[in-house]
Amino acid sequence: MGKIIINGRVCEYTDETNVLEVIRNHGFNVPTLCYRKDLIKDFGACRMCLVEVEGKGLQAACNMPPKDGLVIKTHTEKIRKIRKTILELLIANHDRECTACEKSGNCELQKYALEYDVQPTGKYLTREVKIPIDKSSPAIVRDENKCVLCGACVRACEEYQGLEVLGFANRGSQTIAQPMAGKPIAHTECVNCGQCAAICPVGAITIKSQVEQVWRELHNPNTKVVVQFAPSVRVAIGEMLGLEAGTNLTDKLYTALRYIGFDLVFDTNFSADLTIMEEATEFISRLEKGENLPLFTSCCPAWVRFLELKHPDMLNHLSSCKSPQAMMGSIIKEFVPKYYEGYTSENLVSVSVMPCTAKKAEALREEFKRADGTYDIDYVLTTQELGKMLNTAGLNFKKIVGEKADSPFGKYTGAGTIFGVSGGVAEAAVRTAYELVTGEELKDLVIKPMRGLDRTKTVELDLKGKKLKIKIVNTLKEAEKCIKEIKEGKADYQMLEVMACPGGCINGGGQPISCNEPIIREQRAQGLYDDDEKGQYRKSHENPEIKELYEKHLEYPNSHKAHELLHTTYSNKRKDCYISIGEKEE
Amino acid sequence: MTNCTVKIDFDKINEILQCYNYEKSSLIAILQKVQGIYNFLPEDAITYIGEHIEGLSPATVYGVATFYSQFSLEPKGKYEIKVCDGTACHVRGSSAVLTAIKEKLKLDTGKYTTPDGLFSLEIVNCLGACALAPAVVINGKVHAKMTPEAITLIIDTLIKDERE
Repeated sequence: MGKIIINGRVCEYTDETNVLEVIRNHGFNVPTLCYRKDLIKDFGACRMCLVEVEGKGLQAACNMPPKDGLVIKTHTEKIRKIRKTILELLIANHDRECTACEKSGNCELQKYALEYDVQPTGKYLTREVKIPIDKSSPAIVRDENKCVLCGACVRACEEYQGLEVLGFANRGSQTIAQPMAGKPIAHTECVNCGQCAAICPVGAITIKSQVEQVWRELHNPNTKVVVQFAPSVRVAIGEMLGLEAGTNLTDKLYTALRYIGFDLVFDTNFSADLTIMEEATEFISRLEKGENLPLFTSCCPAWVRFLELKHPDMLNHLSSCKSPQAMMGSIIKEFVPKYYEGYTSENLVSVSVMPCTAKKAEALREEFKRADGTYDIDYVLTTQELGKMLNTAGLNFKKIVGEKADSPFGKYTGAGTIFGVSGGVAEAAVRTAYELVTGEELKDLVIKPMRGLDRTKTVELDLKGKKLKIKIVNTLKEAEKCIKEIKEGKADYQMLEVMACPGGCINGGGQPISCNEPIIREQRAQGLYDDDEKGQYRKSHENPEIKELYEKHLEYPNSHKAHELLHTTYSNKRKDCYISIGEKEE
Repeated sequence: MTNCTVKIDFDKINEILQCYNYEKSSLIAILQKVQGIYNFLPEDAITYIGEHIEGLSPATVYGVATFYSQFSLEPKGKYEIKVCDGTACHVRGSSAVLTAIKEKLKLDTGKYTTPDGLFSLEIVNCLGACALAPAVVINGKVHAKMTPEAITLIIDTLIKDERE
């Protein structure tokens, strides 16, 4: 608590940890390229947030704690000139192919260069050698020629995932942020979460786009293109269409996807319900047998890859259920030709829209390859990519009238929709597991302690005398702690829900760029919980289309047929990656 | 960086790691010990160390190894040439000496070991022998008041000795 004077105005502060936050909370702003509220580590590398502090000279606002009585000026002539020089230096060394850059329009360097009227000066040397662009990953593209060395990606990889795939190499003007020895990122222990792309202020790390390929399929008269979109897409895509974060666009998205040429529109929420049917049943069976507990959720492909690379000895804990994207992919390729006229296995193209870059890699898993050599999912777009396509098509979301998804495989329950937020999978599973175990109706559907965006939550439940403990974590750094607990025999919970992105899929690496601003995350989460609230059905096993699917085709959850279609296997993938160096062959 | 294929004895690296209790804070000492074995830091050794110390990764260890000039990612030559480019040596013409060595040994920018493994070149900051500027040290022996001609002669002599 205290007061500081900013630009001649008395400003009160409470629990802000640095002067930059105080400045922002009082209606001012100073530019910054390296500061991210969501990252803990102080960095202060870009020097764009320098302010003049009376008696202390120039200070970086981002790592200066507020102190009562400070007198600060944020935009003096001197500071403006310094900021302009910093920008000139950065731009001299920057690959300025703005028109062709994925990040154009969302680039912070571009924004500040315009604000500070920066022109190429010719005063400074430019980078002579172009560093090759790393396109090895199915999820992200790295172009070090655009890097401003803000270190956000390095910090995100360490603070969120604990992986430190990216690090700084060399020193001084030779410094670059890169994987070990400049290796292609696909050959590292990268799990494709895309948080580095989400947090990059410029176009140095971007999402590997499949927009062109999807347009080509949409315009091809000989194909039938089927689409599904994930829970958290509906509450985030509005940000790219001029709407508030958290705005639920489910029905309008169905319409919009048809407008731009998709032939059938399904909802991944349907297969999220299906996942719950399978996973809750699997969970109960493991509880009864006391086998492979705690059960790990398997919806998050970054988490699955993390286990396959780092802890292959723990794969028996992982639920054998495919992720909702993959389940929907199987359903589409298996049943659409049977249910819908004009669709054959030859002309059917399956596209998914995900908040996630790791889903692009998941779709390419060998396990999801079909007998004819195609994959269950042919293309994966991120929310960002679909947003671009909708803008290309010039759709006005204020005027679009909502429609329904195609049926069957389009209906969903509230349990499916909350899959997009950390804690949602566990909450949905409990809604079904409770009724399966006790045979009684669950009255109070909202399990409060499972909600909220904390990185770790532990919830104890009472299933009519049967005690149950569930742990929910987001970020792999937290997950690693759980693995350690389990290996040391200290884990007393029966289920572990993991989502690799901070907050869950609502904050996935493929979501509209928000610089990981915590408030936007909360709005998106609220959007999903509201969607759950207003749903006709809120428990997966009540979804009439799910019931029909079991009656007509799958018999019962975890049946032989269900296993063939909806479950998968995992394997030690260490050998795909250089980290296995020095390990003895077994 | 070069991709030198050196057979790594991981048991030996394990010994070193154990000796330092796998402590993150001992990284520099560990790297020094490993460099002591191979005369440089092989990439696979860096990867292994990064994987086996908690809180570190191959990328971060590589960052440390490339930050400090005491570490080399290339094998050193039989003759390690250190050219001092401290202030005194610099003003007395170390650049010309350096250019002469690079020309003589055909070392381009970014490459500091000759393909035959005989010579490696390192630029160091102040050896504390300013009175002898410009100074060059070859395998610990100080050569004072170097000129391009003198250093070429020295290298020629070393090459001749090797051939005999």
